[in-house]
Amino acid sequence: MSAILPPTERVWWKEPLDRVELLWIVIALVWCLIMFFMMPYWHVYGQQNLANEAYKTSPEAFAKKADEVIAKYKVREEGPQKIPVVKPPAGSDVYLVARLWSWQPILELEAGKSYRIHLMSMDWLHGFSLQPENINIEVHPGYDHVLTVTPTAPGKFSIICNEYCGINHHTMISPLYVVK
Amino acid sequence: MAVNRNFRTCPTTGLVFHEPAEKLMRWNAVVAVVALLIGGVLAIGVLLTRWQAVHLLQADLFYQFLTAHGLNMLVFWIIFFEMAILYFASSTLLRCRLATPGMAWVGFWLMVVGALLNNYAVLRGDSSVMFTSYAPMGAHPTFYAGLILFAVGALIACFVFFGTLVIAKAERTYHGSVPLVTFGAITAAIIAVFTIATGAIILIPTLLWSLGLIEHIDSLMYRTIWWGFGHSSQQINVAAHVSVWYAGAAVVFGAKPMSEKVSRTAFLLYIFFLQLASAHHLLADPGLTSNWKIFNTSYAMYLAVLASMVHGLTVPGSIEVAQRQKGFNNGLFEWLRKAPWGNAPFVAVFISIVGFGFLGGISGVMMGTEQLNLIIHNTLYVPGHFHATVVIGTTLAFMGLTYFLIPVLFRRKVAFGNMATWQAYIFGISMSGFSVFMMGAGTLGAPRRHWDISFAGNPFGYEFPATAWLMIALMGIFGVGALVGGAMYLAITVYSVFLGEKIQTPDFATVSAKRGMAPAPQPVAVGATGHGAGVGAWGMVAPGTFVLALVFLTSFVLYYFVNWKYLSTVWPLR
Amino acid sequence: MANTTESNVPGDDVLEEPVPAMQQLLDNPFLLLFIGIAVPTVLYTIWGVMEIVNLPIAK
Repeated sequence: MSAILPPTERVWWKEPLDRVELLWIVIALVWCLIMFFMMPYWHVYGQQNLANEAYKTSPEAFAKKADEVIAKYKVREEGPQKIPVVKPPAGSDVYLVARLWSWQPILELEAGKSYRIHLMSMDWLHGFSLQPENINIEVHPGYDHVLTVTPTAPGKFSIICNEYCGINHHTMISPLYVVK
Repeated sequence: MAVNRNFRTCPTTGLVFHEPAEKLMRWNAVVAVVALLIGGVLAIGVLLTRWQAVHLLQADLFYQFLTAHGLNMLVFWIIFFEMAILYFASSTLLRCRLATPGMAWVGFWLMVVGALLNNYAVLRGDSSVMFTSYAPMGAHPTFYAGLILFAVGALIACFVFFGTLVIAKAERTYHGSVPLVTFGAITAAIIAVFTIATGAIILIPTLLWSLGLIEHIDSLMYRTIWWGFGHSSQQINVAAHVSVWYAGAAVVFGAKPMSEKVSRTAFLLYIFFLQLASAHHLLADPGLTSNWKIFNTSYAMYLAVLASMVHGLTVPGSIEVAQRQKGFNNGLFEWLRKAPWGNAPFVAVFISIVGFGFLGGISGVMMGTEQLNLIIHNTLYVPGHFHATVVIGTTLAFMGLTYFLIPVLFRRKVAFGNMATWQAYIFGISMSGFSVFMMGAGTLGAPRRHWDISFAGNPFGYEFPATAWLMIALMGIFGVGALVGGAMYLAITVYSVFLGEKIQTPDFATVSAKRGMAPAPQPVAVGATGHGAGVGAWGMVAPGTFVLALVFLTSFVLYYFVNWKYLSTVWPLR
Repeated sequence: MANTTESNVPGDDVLEEPVPAMQQLLDNPFLLLFIGIAVPTVLYTIWGVMEIVNLPIAK
């Protein structure tokens, strides 16, 4: 009778479907399967994927590795807080430390070269948001997340925090340089 | 146990109300509207701060407002209203006495106390941790305690709902299967039980942690389990508002579901898979494999999306069939042109369906695609999406239902003439613009939950493109429109319920449960069984809806691949 | 479930054909409740937690 009354037929499971429903279910199902297989397809043929390479670790251990890289590859300091700028060799492991409310070190990368960037937070959750590329990744305390990135063109980029991390969340921003 | 058998039959709709259930529905609905009022006032502060040209509040107040806005809207307004819907879909639609009204009141008051306690925590100023309260960012213990009490109360209400189903079956107050709308409510209640159980698993340890009884809460564990609660709670809404769509089609048009089998199977797919979509929030997190991410984010091969696409066809399809049977059978769209465009529940449900499908549904699939999430995660696109699903989809559908319930449940006339219809248009259209421009700003990288995207005074500033600023300004303008629409709803509802013209019921009488029973099913004449026999075109009963569905699919496919194209231009990433 | 033979109420359903299995499933809210909790608990929660627990420790 209607959707707010019990079905009039005691056995409604065997009622025939109208063509409009049947056709739409088939079309929608095909589209759903296309969308599903698009994800594994992109893992094989696409360039932008997370490898989901991650390790459990402690803030101290991570900070130690970050400091070693800074000591080895520091080229200058920037900003009132004298945040070190590092220029690591292509293919190397780089450690980016997120903490309330800064990113450290500032990275200077070469276009067309690949780097293994390790992301981790020292305290709360943070969000790695590379602008204007618009690549966005969650940064956890206690989890070292490895991304292999290949900058495409030189320029000045910014890493902003896009996971709410307290009162000065909106001040958490760092440059990232890509050079020729 | 004493059994209250007081029933009232609504003279206009023929619906049968059990008085204890009716009282619970009223109280839940009233408290829901109070939460909407609080959330709405907070929305003014949030909107006028994010609209950077105004930038009203200081950072601490902004984050505090945003936290309370999220909780009052996403949790308290919607879930109180859903409790009213659960009681309506069980007691009223099954013409059955409500199971254990006393327990239902215990649940109700637990929810009220929980909501007050949680609001108190945020009001203190030391719990501006957002709706998500991600550990290890901690809130005051009353923040978690309030949520836990609220969840326990809601769980009790769910079991009262299931208990009522048992009584209805045992006392044979209906014949055969439950109505489709009740089945949708069952779906919502099942998802609610999973949601609340998951919430308890994570919120109880977090409460203990905030009291210093537990040393450490792992951020990734927290996010994984919390989203089983946070996202699933929004899936309750989907099941609930889809039920409201079916109810709206039935009430306004007398529409019959095109096929019980198809609609119920679609709800079954929700029960199986909808909650897996909690993984949408973890696609950019470390520590979970792509196997887990792809399987869960796609609701096991998008079978819950399939279900939503089916509902999106069958609800308007059933309206089309009903309209064509009334004689609006010319061409593809006469049924739609001659729809009651001045009827507030219809307008609200119609905009809810279109907005939920085109804006909320499509954008949700984008964000929930493992790789596309990289260019969307935590940007303004996310709140843009959920304002389309939760506000246009759920809230607007609930607003439409309110206009139906004021005369039926509160026995008052809807006040202010056809202002209710205008409200549905103004709120629906403004909210659509608001969502679209918010998503636009997010596409250009603007972050969510951010006090100042101009980075004023920061040595390492970043300037967002001018288009992003334009989008933010348009979002602000449409947001003001939505606030006006929301205020109209509150004015109409509060005035009608408390001061509106009373509907006199001349033949008001309580009837026994026996007399309140559904009539035995009438044998249906052969030939008329095929719903909509003799209407439609191309061998379809609802060709107009089919064309609209194809328009929807085309926009879906195009937008989907546009996003992949955009993704392919960003830095290669492994 | 489809125990319809004992109907004494006039006008109650007396079925000539058995209710199909799928309809019986859809008419059973408690079976659905079980499914609706078990499926996400196993596929989302337990699977996800196992992956996090088994994550290697950084060298």
